[in-house]
Amino acid sequence: MKATMIDDRDNVAVVLGDVKAGDTITVTKNNETRSIIAVSDIPRYHKTSIKLIPAQSPVVKYGEHIGLAAEDIQPGTHVHVHNVLSNREDL
Amino acid sequence: MNFLGYKRPDGRVGVRNKILILPASICAADTARIIASQVDGAVTFHNQNGCAQIPSDQQLTMDVMAGFAANPNIYGTIVVSLGCENCQMDLVVEAIQERTNKPLRQFIIQECGGTIATVEKATRAAREMAQEASCLQREEFPISELILGTECGGSDPTSGLASNPLIGEVCDRIVDNGGTAVLSETTEFIGAEHILARRGINKEVHDRIYEIVHRYEEALKLVGADTREGNPSPGNKAGGITTLEEKSLGCIHKGGHRPIQNVYDYAKQMEAHEGLVIMDTPGNDPSSVAGMIAGGCQVVVFSTGRGTPTGNPIAPVIKLTANPVTYGKMKDNIDFDASDLLENPETIDEMADTLLNEMCAIASGKMTKSESLGYIEMAIARVCNYV
Repeated sequence: MKATMIDDRDNVAVVLGDVKAGDTITVTKNNETRSIIAVSDIPRYHKTSIKLIPAQSPVVKYGEHIGLAAEDIQPGTHVHVHNVLSNREDL
Repeated sequence: MNFLGYKRPDGRVGVRNKILILPASICAADTARIIASQVDGAVTFHNQNGCAQIPSDQQLTMDVMAGFAANPNIYGTIVVSLGCENCQMDLVVEAIQERTNKPLRQFIIQECGGTIATVEKATRAAREMAQEASCLQREEFPISELILGTECGGSDPTSGLASNPLIGEVCDRIVDNGGTAVLSETTEFIGAEHILARRGINKEVHDRIYEIVHRYEEALKLVGADTREGNPSPGNKAGGITTLEEKSLGCIHKGGHRPIQNVYDYAKQMEAHEGLVIMDTPGNDPSSVAGMIAGGCQVVVFSTGRGTPTGNPIAPVIKLTANPVTYGKMKDNIDFDASDLLENPETIDEMADTLLNEMCAIASGKMTKSESLGYIEMAIARVCNYV
């Protein structure tokens, strides 16, 4: 299943169809395609991690922080409200 | 990259060449409609406001009226007022003349002798103006003359994923070519205002971004509404949105990646050649689009997920979707099919070039679907009930 990575800095990508654990997810960015094995089910248009996101480090989409990892998130994991903390970063 | 436009005496460049029949208040709106229906090339809109408004709301109405008349897509304006409304003729005329020196005529219904007498006089003036306008030829101008408005409405997951990033790429191209691109919809900045503020070119812009977001939130709180509560909604979460930051980022991505040069209040006149700017507008589409067009946008690009029909009497609104099902169902309303981008996100540069070419064709005179259907939907932002 294809996934869309929006910005080069992102550590998550959006899957374009329903993914089952064990499926292969492919992400293409800048003419480079990488494959990740899904470790959990991921519904269509939800996020998968594309690299290890250590606990308490930022989840990055659109090149920006959208929250903090609540736990270590392995590549190919469904990234959503169960493992992301909303974190208001005011300047 | 160039387009064919109309040079105005105030130095700005339009992409349409219309006569605006401008109702100064709701009490003049039907008379304006009858006048506009008599003259080819004349446009009008149903002004719901113009009287019995608190001063800050009246100012919003005045700014939209003056901005519409000054928009470079308009050759000249005929103002029609009832006579006793708060937005008095001399105030409206003065506000227009502060912005532009284009042709301007005025008719007051209570002085002309009622609707039919006003229609007779104003129609004759509009016809003369339309004839003058028809003598103008389109000339070639670079896209640096464009102030491009951006808007999203009826959003779905494809909006944040493909349509808004695509519009962002087009904004980057406009800015890199020396034009102005406008990011709007303050309510959709909430939760990501710190990220936007970081992109301001200086402290003043940074602080203004916070100011417009907090001002908007405070205004809504006065009537008991909290925009952060329950946001993202359960529906957003089911669709894959995890945090408010993520939701807002999907919206603001349509402004592209360039630094933010300026923040304008609703419907205030913007500058050409300024780069990426913000206008403080509601998330409500017709009133946000109206504010940007009053600020001088000649063209608006609008992304939709579910498919909205929005148009505007003054400027073309180019609608696009990346949802293939929506495009299939709403082909009569949506100008640009961006659904290939969903399956092939790596083709974004190519598609942005195609969209920019389409925008130039529309700027040069090609009608949008909403124009061909005669859409003139319009709303003016306000914060309070009528007095």
